[in-house]
Amino acid sequence: MSLSERLHPGINLAGTDPEGHEAAEEVLFGFWIFLMSDLVLFAVLFATYAAMSVQGIAEGPGPAQVFDLTAAFLETLLLLLSSFAFGFALLAMKYRENRRSVLAWLLATGILGIAFVGMELHDYYVMVTAHAATPQTSGFLSAYYLLTGTHALHVSSGLVWMAIMAIQIAVFGFDKRVKLRLMRLALFWHMLDVVWIGIFTFVYLFGVTS
Amino acid sequence: MSNRVPADRLPAAYEEERRERLSYVIGLVLALALTAGAFAVVWLDLLSGGAALAVLGLLAFIQAVVHLRFFLHIDLERSHRDDLMLILFTVLILLIMVSGTVWILYDQHIRMMP
Repeated sequence: MSLSERLHPGINLAGTDPEGHEAAEEVLFGFWIFLMSDLVLFAVLFATYAAMSVQGIAEGPGPAQVFDLTAAFLETLLLLLSSFAFGFALLAMKYRENRRSVLAWLLATGILGIAFVGMELHDYYVMVTAHAATPQTSGFLSAYYLLTGTHALHVSSGLVWMAIMAIQIAVFGFDKRVKLRLMRLALFWHMLDVVWIGIFTFVYLFGVTS
Repeated sequence: MSNRVPADRLPAAYEEERRERLSYVIGLVLALALTAGAFAVVWLDLLSGGAALAVLGLLAFIQAVVHLRFFLHIDLERSHRDDLMLILFTVLILLIMVSGTVWILYDQHIRMMP
Protein backbone atom coordinates (compact mmCIF):
# COMPACT_ATOMS: atom_id res chain seq x y z
CA MET A 1 0.00 0.00 0.00
CA SER A 2 1.40 3.34 -0.89
CA LEU A 3 0.57 6.18 1.38
CA SER A 4 1.15 9.78 0.59
CA GLU A 5 4.08 11.03 2.67
CA ARG A 6 2.19 13.97 4.00
CA LEU A 7 -1.48 13.62 4.85
CA HIS A 8 -1.97 16.42 7.36
CA PRO A 9 -0.31 19.51 8.85
CA GLY A 10 2.60 19.08 11.27
CA ILE A 11 4.93 16.12 11.64
CA ASN A 12 3.69 13.07 9.73
CA LEU A 13 4.35 9.52 10.85
CA ALA A 14 4.89 8.10 7.35
CA GLY A 15 7.94 5.85 7.28
CA THR A 16 8.07 5.02 10.98
CA ASP A 17 4.45 4.14 11.81
CA PRO A 18 2.31 3.60 8.68
CA GLU A 19 -0.74 2.54 10.67
CA GLY A 20 -0.65 5.58 12.91
CA HIS A 21 0.03 7.71 9.86
CA GLU A 22 -3.16 6.55 8.19
CA ALA A 23 -5.23 7.01 11.35
CA ALA A 24 -3.82 10.51 11.82
CA GLU A 25 -5.22 12.08 8.66
CA GLU A 26 -8.81 12.37 9.81
CA VAL A 27 -8.28 13.50 13.41
CA LEU A 28 -5.52 15.96 12.58
CA PHE A 29 -7.50 17.53 9.78
CA GLY A 30 -10.48 17.85 12.11
CA PHE A 31 -8.28 19.56 14.67
CA TRP A 32 -6.91 21.80 11.93
CA ILE A 33 -10.48 22.96 11.22
CA PHE A 34 -10.87 23.83 14.91
CA LEU A 35 -7.61 25.81 14.82
CA MET A 36 -8.83 27.81 11.83
CA SER A 37 -12.03 28.72 13.68
CA ASP A 38 -9.91 29.67 16.68
CA LEU A 39 -7.99 32.00 14.38
CA VAL A 40 -11.29 33.65 13.47
CA LEU A 41 -11.89 34.31 17.18
CA PHE A 42 -8.47 35.95 17.47
CA ALA A 43 -9.07 37.96 14.30
CA VAL A 44 -12.20 39.51 15.77
CA LEU A 45 -10.29 40.41 18.94
CA PHE A 46 -7.52 41.93 16.78
CA ALA A 47 -10.10 43.96 14.88
CA THR A 48 -11.62 45.23 18.13
CA TYR A 49 -8.17 46.10 19.41
CA ALA A 50 -7.24 47.87 16.16
CA ALA A 51 -10.26 50.14 16.47
CA MET A 52 -9.97 50.67 20.23
CA SER A 53 -6.23 51.34 20.40
CA VAL A 54 -6.68 54.37 18.14
CA GLN A 55 -10.11 55.66 19.09
CA GLY A 56 -10.70 54.27 22.56
CA ILE A 57 -7.90 55.73 24.66
CA ALA A 58 -10.24 58.19 26.41
CA GLU A 59 -8.52 59.86 29.37
CA GLY A 60 -6.28 56.85 30.03
CA PRO A 61 -2.67 56.22 29.06
CA GLY A 62 -1.81 55.40 25.42
CA PRO A 63 -0.02 52.30 24.09
CA ALA A 64 3.43 53.92 23.99
CA GLN A 65 3.20 54.84 27.69
CA VAL A 66 2.23 51.44 29.07
CA PHE A 67 4.00 48.88 26.87
CA ASP A 68 7.38 47.43 27.75
CA LEU A 69 9.03 46.35 24.48
CA THR A 70 11.89 44.52 26.17
CA ALA A 71 9.42 42.28 27.97
CA ALA A 72 7.51 41.71 24.71
CA PHE A 73 10.77 40.77 22.97
CA LEU A 74 11.69 38.27 25.70
CA GLU A 75 8.19 36.79 25.63
CA THR A 76 8.52 36.38 21.86
CA LEU A 77 11.80 34.49 22.31
CA LEU A 78 10.34 32.27 25.04
CA LEU A 79 7.34 31.27 22.94
CA LEU A 80 9.44 30.76 19.81
CA LEU A 81 11.93 28.53 21.63
CA SER A 82 9.14 26.53 23.23
CA SER A 83 7.59 25.96 19.78
CA PHE A 84 10.99 24.79 18.56
CA ALA A 85 11.42 22.45 21.56
CA PHE A 86 8.02 20.91 20.88
CA GLY A 87 9.14 20.15 17.34
CA PHE A 88 12.08 18.20 18.71
CA ALA A 89 9.81 16.38 21.19
CA LEU A 90 7.71 15.17 18.25
CA LEU A 91 10.77 14.10 16.27
CA ALA A 92 12.01 12.13 19.30
CA MET A 93 8.58 10.49 19.42
CA LYS A 94 8.50 9.74 15.71
CA TYR A 95 11.98 8.31 15.25
CA ARG A 96 12.98 6.91 18.64
CA GLU A 97 9.87 6.39 20.74
CA ASN A 98 12.15 7.09 23.66
CA ARG A 99 10.08 8.21 26.65
CA ARG A 100 12.90 9.98 28.40
CA SER A 101 13.92 12.20 25.52
CA VAL A 102 10.32 13.02 24.57
CA LEU A 103 9.51 13.91 28.18
CA ALA A 104 12.70 15.97 28.48
CA TRP A 105 11.79 18.02 25.38
CA LEU A 106 8.21 18.38 26.62
CA LEU A 107 9.52 19.59 29.96
CA ALA A 108 11.66 22.20 28.19
CA THR A 109 8.60 23.27 26.16
CA GLY A 110 6.49 23.49 29.29
CA ILE A 111 9.03 25.49 31.29
CA LEU A 112 9.41 28.00 28.46
CA GLY A 113 5.62 28.21 28.22
CA ILE A 114 5.25 28.75 31.98
CA ALA A 115 7.94 31.45 31.83
CA PHE A 116 5.99 33.11 29.01
CA VAL A 117 2.72 33.17 30.96
CA GLY A 118 4.57 34.32 34.08
CA MET A 119 6.13 37.23 32.19
CA GLU A 120 2.75 38.25 30.81
CA LEU A 121 1.21 38.22 34.29
CA HIS A 122 4.15 40.32 35.47
CA ASP A 123 3.48 42.76 32.59
CA TYR A 124 -0.14 43.06 33.70
CA TYR A 125 0.97 43.63 37.27
CA VAL A 126 3.36 46.41 36.26
CA MET A 127 0.75 48.03 34.03
CA VAL A 128 -1.88 48.02 36.76
CA THR A 129 0.37 49.15 39.60
CA ALA A 130 2.78 51.56 37.87
CA HIS A 131 0.52 53.04 35.18
CA ALA A 132 -2.94 52.55 36.71
CA ALA A 133 -3.80 50.83 33.44
CA THR A 134 -6.62 48.50 34.45
CA PRO A 135 -9.11 46.93 32.01
CA GLN A 136 -11.73 49.44 33.21
CA THR A 137 -9.57 52.47 32.41
CA SER A 138 -10.35 52.73 28.69
CA GLY A 139 -11.64 50.86 25.66
CA PHE A 140 -8.08 50.48 24.46
CA LEU A 141 -7.03 48.73 27.67
CA SER A 142 -10.16 46.54 27.77
CA ALA A 143 -9.39 45.34 24.25
CA TYR A 144 -5.70 44.88 25.13
CA TYR A 145 -6.40 42.71 28.17
CA LEU A 146 -9.06 40.77 26.28
CA LEU A 147 -6.78 40.00 23.32
CA THR A 148 -3.58 39.16 25.23
CA GLY A 149 -5.58 37.50 28.02
CA THR A 150 -7.33 35.18 25.55
CA HIS A 151 -3.94 34.26 24.12
CA ALA A 152 -2.44 33.69 27.59
CA LEU A 153 -5.46 31.55 28.49
CA HIS A 154 -4.89 29.47 25.36
CA VAL A 155 -1.22 29.02 26.28
CA SER A 156 -2.20 28.07 29.85
CA SER A 157 -4.69 25.47 28.67
CA GLY A 158 -2.00 24.19 26.31
CA LEU A 159 0.26 23.78 29.36
CA VAL A 160 -2.42 21.81 31.22
CA TRP A 161 -2.90 19.64 28.15
CA MET A 162 0.88 19.16 27.97
CA ALA A 163 1.02 17.99 31.59
CA ILE A 164 -1.77 15.50 30.88
CA MET A 165 0.08 14.23 27.80
CA ALA A 166 3.27 13.80 29.85
CA ILE A 167 1.31 11.60 32.29
CA GLN A 168 -0.23 9.64 29.41
CA ILE A 169 3.21 9.06 27.87
CA ALA A 170 4.54 7.85 31.23
CA VAL A 171 1.55 5.54 31.81
CA PHE A 172 0.60 4.28 28.36
CA GLY A 173 3.85 4.74 26.44
CA PHE A 174 3.62 5.52 22.74
CA ASP A 175 0.19 4.13 22.11
CA LYS A 176 -1.27 5.21 18.76
CA ARG A 177 -3.86 7.40 20.52
CA VAL A 178 -1.21 9.07 22.67
CA LYS A 179 0.85 9.86 19.58
CA LEU A 180 -2.08 11.39 17.74
CA ARG A 181 -2.99 13.51 20.77
CA LEU A 182 0.56 14.78 21.07
CA MET A 183 0.55 15.64 17.37
CA ARG A 184 -2.62 17.68 17.81
CA LEU A 185 -1.17 19.48 20.81
CA ALA A 186 1.85 20.34 18.63
CA LEU A 187 -0.41 21.97 16.04
CA PHE A 188 -2.15 23.92 18.80
CA TRP A 189 1.15 25.07 20.26
CA HIS A 190 2.66 26.13 16.93
CA MET A 191 -0.54 27.98 16.03
CA LEU A 192 -0.45 29.96 19.28
CA ASP A 193 3.03 31.09 18.31
CA VAL A 194 1.66 32.28 14.96
CA VAL A 195 -1.03 34.29 16.79
CA TRP A 196 1.69 35.78 19.00
CA ILE A 197 3.44 37.14 15.87
CA GLY A 198 0.30 39.19 15.32
CA ILE A 199 0.24 40.33 18.94
CA PHE A 200 3.85 41.46 19.18
CA THR A 201 3.61 43.21 15.82
CA PHE A 202 0.17 44.81 15.84
CA VAL A 203 -0.16 45.42 19.58
CA TYR A 204 3.34 46.11 20.92
CA LEU A 205 5.39 47.33 17.96
CA PHE A 206 2.56 49.25 16.26
CA GLY A 207 1.54 50.69 19.63
CA VAL A 208 4.99 52.04 20.40
CA THR A 209 5.67 53.29 16.85
CA SER A 210 2.49 55.25 16.25
CA MET B 1 20.41 13.72 24.26
CA SER B 2 21.69 10.15 24.04
CA ASN B 3 19.23 7.57 22.84
CA ARG B 4 19.25 3.88 22.26
CA VAL B 5 18.52 3.40 18.61
CA PRO B 6 16.74 0.24 17.49
CA ALA B 7 19.17 -2.01 15.64
CA ASP B 8 16.80 -2.61 12.75
CA ARG B 9 16.46 1.01 11.85
CA LEU B 10 16.93 1.74 8.20
CA PRO B 11 19.61 4.23 7.18
CA ALA B 12 16.87 6.13 5.34
CA ALA B 13 15.26 6.93 8.68
CA TYR B 14 18.41 8.70 9.88
CA GLU B 15 18.47 10.78 6.74
CA GLU B 16 14.79 11.59 7.17
CA GLU B 17 15.23 12.58 10.82
CA ARG B 18 18.20 14.80 9.99
CA ARG B 19 16.15 16.49 7.27
CA GLU B 20 13.18 17.13 9.57
CA ARG B 21 15.42 18.47 12.34
CA LEU B 22 17.04 20.79 9.84
CA SER B 23 13.59 22.10 8.91
CA TYR B 24 12.93 23.17 12.51
CA VAL B 25 16.39 24.72 12.83
CA ILE B 26 15.93 26.70 9.60
CA GLY B 27 12.52 27.84 10.86
CA LEU B 28 13.97 28.95 14.19
CA VAL B 29 16.83 30.88 12.58
CA LEU B 30 14.55 32.64 10.11
CA ALA B 31 11.98 33.44 12.81
CA LEU B 32 14.69 34.85 15.10
CA ALA B 33 16.07 37.00 12.28
CA LEU B 34 12.61 38.33 11.36
CA THR B 35 11.71 39.02 15.00
CA ALA B 36 15.02 40.80 15.59
CA GLY B 37 14.46 42.81 12.41
CA ALA B 38 10.97 43.86 13.49
CA PHE B 39 12.11 44.99 16.94
CA ALA B 40 15.18 46.68 15.44
CA VAL B 41 12.93 48.84 13.24
CA VAL B 42 11.31 50.23 16.38
CA TRP B 43 14.27 50.24 18.78
CA LEU B 44 16.74 51.81 16.38
CA ASP B 45 14.17 54.15 14.82
CA LEU B 46 15.08 52.89 11.37
CA LEU B 47 11.78 54.05 9.92
CA SER B 48 8.88 56.13 11.07
CA GLY B 49 5.20 56.62 10.43
CA GLY B 50 3.48 54.69 7.66
CA ALA B 51 6.71 53.19 6.31
CA ALA B 52 7.49 51.62 9.69
CA LEU B 53 3.99 50.15 9.97
CA ALA B 54 4.17 48.76 6.43
CA VAL B 55 7.57 47.14 7.03
CA LEU B 56 6.44 45.69 10.39
CA GLY B 57 3.31 44.26 8.77
CA LEU B 58 5.38 42.73 5.99
CA LEU B 59 7.87 41.19 8.45
CA ALA B 60 4.98 39.71 10.48
CA PHE B 61 3.45 38.23 7.33
CA ILE B 62 6.76 36.67 6.29
CA GLN B 63 7.29 35.28 9.79
CA ALA B 64 3.80 33.76 9.82
CA VAL B 65 4.59 32.05 6.51
CA VAL B 66 7.92 30.80 7.93
CA HIS B 67 6.11 29.32 10.95
CA LEU B 68 3.51 27.67 8.73
CA ARG B 69 6.16 26.26 6.40
CA PHE B 70 8.82 25.07 8.84
CA PHE B 71 6.89 24.36 12.07
CA LEU B 72 3.48 23.33 10.75
CA HIS B 73 4.89 21.84 7.52
CA ILE B 74 2.38 23.41 5.18
CA ASP B 75 3.68 23.46 1.62
CA LEU B 76 2.44 23.86 -1.91
CA GLU B 77 2.54 20.26 -3.06
CA ARG B 78 -0.47 19.14 -4.98
CA SER B 79 -1.26 15.98 -3.02
CA HIS B 80 -2.28 17.68 0.21
CA ARG B 81 -3.72 21.05 -0.45
CA ASP B 82 -6.77 20.79 1.78
CA ASP B 83 -4.99 22.29 4.79
CA LEU B 84 -3.55 25.08 2.65
CA MET B 85 -6.98 25.76 1.13
CA LEU B 86 -8.44 25.97 4.60
CA ILE B 87 -5.78 28.50 5.63
CA LEU B 88 -6.41 30.61 2.55
CA PHE B 89 -10.17 30.50 3.10
CA THR B 90 -9.69 31.42 6.77
CA VAL B 91 -7.41 34.29 5.78
CA LEU B 92 -10.07 35.53 3.37
CA ILE B 93 -12.69 35.47 6.15
CA LEU B 94 -10.24 37.20 8.51
CA LEU B 95 -9.51 39.95 6.00
CA ILE B 96 -13.20 40.59 5.38
CA MET B 97 -14.01 40.67 9.10
CA VAL B 98 -11.01 42.69 10.23
CA SER B 99 -11.06 45.24 7.44
CA GLY B 100 -14.85 45.52 7.68
CA THR B 101 -14.75 46.07 11.43
CA VAL B 102 -11.94 48.62 11.25
CA TRP B 103 -13.62 50.45 8.38
CA ILE B 104 -17.04 50.67 10.02
CA LEU B 105 -15.73 51.63 13.45
CA TYR B 106 -13.42 54.25 11.95
CA ASP B 107 -16.32 55.67 9.97
CA GLN B 108 -18.47 55.77 13.10
CA HIS B 109 -15.64 57.46 14.96
CA ILE B 110 -15.39 60.22 12.34
CA ARG B 111 -19.17 60.78 12.54
CA MET B 112 -19.01 61.04 16.33
CA MET B 113 -16.43 63.84 16.18
CA PRO B 114 -17.83 67.03 17.70
